[in-house]
Amino acid sequence: MRTYKRWLPPLLLISPTLVLLSVFVYGLLAVNVQTSMTDNHTSAQAAGVEPSVFVGLQNYLDLLGSDSFQHSLKNLLLYTVVFLVGTMAFGFLWAWLLDRPMRFEGIFRSVYLFPMAVSFVASGVVWRWLLNSNQGEQASGLNRLFQIVGLDFLQNNWWNNNSVGITAIAIPAIWQLSGYVMALFLAGFRGIPEELREAARVDGATEWKLYRHVLFPQLGPVALSAVVIIGHMSLKAFDLIMAISKPANYQTKVPAIDMYQLKASFDYASSAAVGSILLVIVAVLIIPYLVHLAREGRR
Amino acid sequence: MTASTLTAPPERQVPPTATRSRFSVGRTARYALLLFFLVLVLIPVYVLLVTSFKGAGDAAPSRAWNLPQVWTLENWQLAWETLSPAIVRTLQMVVPAALISSFLGSINGFVLSRWRFRGADLVFTLILFGMFIPYQAVMIPLSQLVIDLGIPSGIPSLILLHVIYGLPITTLIFRNYYESVPNELIEAARIDGAGMLRTYGSVVLPLSIPSFVVVLIWQFTSAWNDFLFAVFFSSSQNGPVTLALNNLANGALLQNYGVSMSGALLASLPTLLVYILLGKYFIGGLMSGSVKG
Amino acid sequence: MRRVSKAALTAALAATALTFSLAACSDDEGDKPDAAGSEVEVFTWWASGSEKLGLDALVKVFNTQHPDVKFVNGAVAGGAGSAAKELLQTRLQQKNPPDTFQAHAGAELTDYIKAGQLQDVSNLYDEFKLRDAFPADLVNRLTVDGKIYSIPSNIHRANVVWANPSVLTGAGLDATATYATIADWMTAMDKIKASGKTPLSVATTWTQVHLLETVLLAELGVDGYSGLWDGTTAWDGADVTGALTTFQKLMSYTNTDRDGLDWPEATQLVMDGQAAFNVMGDWAVAAFEEADKTAGTDFTYFPVPGTDGVFDFLADSFTLPVGAPHPDGAKAWLETVGSLDGQTAFNKAKGSIPARTDAKASDFSEYQQTAITSFGQDKIVSSLAHGAATPIAWLNKISEATSKFTTGATDLAGFQAELATAAQG
Repeated sequence: MRTYKRWLPPLLLISPTLVLLSVFVYGLLAVNVQTSMTDNHTSAQAAGVEPSVFVGLQNYLDLLGSDSFQHSLKNLLLYTVVFLVGTMAFGFLWAWLLDRPMRFEGIFRSVYLFPMAVSFVASGVVWRWLLNSNQGEQASGLNRLFQIVGLDFLQNNWWNNNSVGITAIAIPAIWQLSGYVMALFLAGFRGIPEELREAARVDGATEWKLYRHVLFPQLGPVALSAVVIIGHMSLKAFDLIMAISKPANYQTKVPAIDMYQLKASFDYASSAAVGSILLVIVAVLIIPYLVHLAREGRR
Repeated sequence: MTASTLTAPPERQVPPTATRSRFSVGRTARYALLLFFLVLVLIPVYVLLVTSFKGAGDAAPSRAWNLPQVWTLENWQLAWETLSPAIVRTLQMVVPAALISSFLGSINGFVLSRWRFRGADLVFTLILFGMFIPYQAVMIPLSQLVIDLGIPSGIPSLILLHVIYGLPITTLIFRNYYESVPNELIEAARIDGAGMLRTYGSVVLPLSIPSFVVVLIWQFTSAWNDFLFAVFFSSSQNGPVTLALNNLANGALLQNYGVSMSGALLASLPTLLVYILLGKYFIGGLMSGSVKG
Repeated sequence: MRRVSKAALTAALAATALTFSLAACSDDEGDKPDAAGSEVEVFTWWASGSEKLGLDALVKVFNTQHPDVKFVNGAVAGGAGSAAKELLQTRLQQKNPPDTFQAHAGAELTDYIKAGQLQDVSNLYDEFKLRDAFPADLVNRLTVDGKIYSIPSNIHRANVVWANPSVLTGAGLDATATYATIADWMTAMDKIKASGKTPLSVATTWTQVHLLETVLLAELGVDGYSGLWDGTTAWDGADVTGALTTFQKLMSYTNTDRDGLDWPEATQLVMDGQAAFNVMGDWAVAAFEEADKTAGTDFTYFPVPGTDGVFDFLADSFTLPVGAPHPDGAKAWLETVGSLDGQTAFNKAKGSIPARTDAKASDFSEYQQTAITSFGQDKIVSSLAHGAATPIAWLNKISEATSKFTTGATDLAGFQAELATAAQG
């Protein structure tokens, strides 16, 4: 009776969430994995008019062996790295600049943070212009701006480049989320007890040394959550590519786009396989973090 | 951090001597840098704004950096006419979605941080993982499921989906926050004989305001800006503003860039207002334990 | 500080309450289907521009012909129908189809037919007396195993060049000249390039596929081109290599920002005098008209060089899905779509031409009249880029290969090899 009382109320309280997530996340993922192991490649099979048979990991092997999908994976990696490094660098720099109290602090903070409030659909409208690849006389967008301010050599064809074009798509993403990373770091800075700073100042540490040796080391956990949140957003990069480039453009292809394109071709099995591959990538990155969180919690 | 966490970041008082001695170079450089980045961040906004006031012929990519030849409000009027019904619908969707998922997240966070039943960590991990699934991967069975459940397409479906897929992150933020609430407070309530629900209602909930601010803002923004679910579970007649904006910006025969850009601004205004008015509390809330690793 | 937070909270709560009451007030204003009387949900991607005008005109005729049936607009805009097609696919999959939907007539329908998602409407052809109203050539292309699955509403021509005469004269060219071959055409393009303008404007992948299809048509001829789709022309043959070489050369005359544009922006380059030529289907004429440009003076048009006397066709059509909730409404809609009044009103507004042969040419604009004449006497081939020639999966493979090639990720040999692989399915 007593133990009953201990575990029942909490279980009852979280059970709606557990039920919902086990159906809407895990149940659906299971369906997806199951589809990915069949030969469901045509509309007739998708509709159930013709049967699909189990083919094991064949779709995965086909995908991983194809040039086109390897290109998508490479793009995803490049995009993620640039997006992560960019947001972390700007976010950290801004937080550092804004850490000490100053006038107009609120204005700077709000301006840096606001792009986060804008949807990719909305920001895509303007970034499509800015990242126009025309140069020279026909230039518009940022290339034109470079001409105006006399930095002509910076002109480039942005995302219209097969090897590194995808990194240009990371620019709007960095624009959008650096402010969020800044907010995280700012919160991290401010969460450090004042006594630590005072102690260092009493010891005669310069401002730089104070940051270098006292404050930065405290930011580890914040940086980790920032990396995880930004990292998983980049794996889902979809809206932005759809808004700026087009799904059929080879140079900006990532797995999420492949999934979309394959599904449009009624190739449900391959589409599901791409989804599962994305999921595995996410899991490899996220599970260590979740385990870390869980351990942290136990301590 | 104390339990009575403030909702705004404390403005630290640095001893005046310290500020004065470090004036000139460092301070000027800091402002210069901040201003430089400010301009950088505002570049797209400049283009959006000036284009939104341009007439049809004037609003061309090649003239992106020029000021309007003639300032006109026509684009804004047209965008408002097209988007306003969708904006109202989006509000009807976003507010309940954000409230419900925040409330559920707060209950989950409380349970998972306080009642250490066996497997609590595993349950937490399983909940969190839901945050990271690529939604496209589940879209086919998901849309089937929503139909089977008989939930009408449009706003009701979208509320349900934003609540469900918002649960992982709201749970995460609240759990991390409650971890930082001192045990003594809870224990005191328990000794008073309060059950879990009463403890939650009388002690925990009132303490949760900073986290609620963060979670509500986060959920509000992500639901407002969602496009993927909107495409699948609603139409331009009953869907949110991202759909309507997409139709406005991409559906036209003659690209009317002025209208697209004023539409983009209009569609972003509510979330912008939230951030500008509550940005301070957002950072304050993040501070109060939500970003613990 | 606490005071501030309380004030903020109060404000937030007040705002919430307000929204809720707003929600409560306007909840029932949504377009709930009327339980009494029939209705028809018509699923299209005609949400704006001349397409919307066309749809509106068609609805007007529908409302006079079938006043008892309520029209429900299921238009989804965006990306030349890509968003709409995605949603449609999902809905058909869920067995939750609209009452009727728009689809390109031809091979694009085969996916739906094979999936058992479309009903045979042959009986409606008899009932509405449509068999003789449409050209036999067209009806053949809509027929699979003796069954017809859709009713065409309009015809478009894909192999049209749109030109800006002042750009041509500016480059020292004769604005009224037409060109016998693509090679001649490219000679003219050299002059335009020298004058500092873009010779040929093109947009993102599907418009490049559209260009490719006209080049294949010009270089392989009608039979060679049609053979690509039924297997009688080999994709790895020397003549295809020749056509692809021409395509490669043509692409070198195009604007560098092509992949970021959609067709209206490419056409606009011609309108604005930044580019000389644009190859686009004849829906472009609506864009010129909407911008108040006059045919002959502000813009000219002619068949893609080497394709004179060929009508590269695509048609929009309407279907009757299996499990349509209001089949009677759908039949009423299909009757209007196939009727002379419906086709005339719709096509006048949309800028395309009626599929019916008995429409009065004098009702239409100058361009449409020439198209009606051509459609009556030219050889007809099916468009690739618009789903008339191949099923979607094949088209998507061709598109990917094309994008890979035009961005420089493959060379010509690799391109041709990928096209050949795509043809094997």
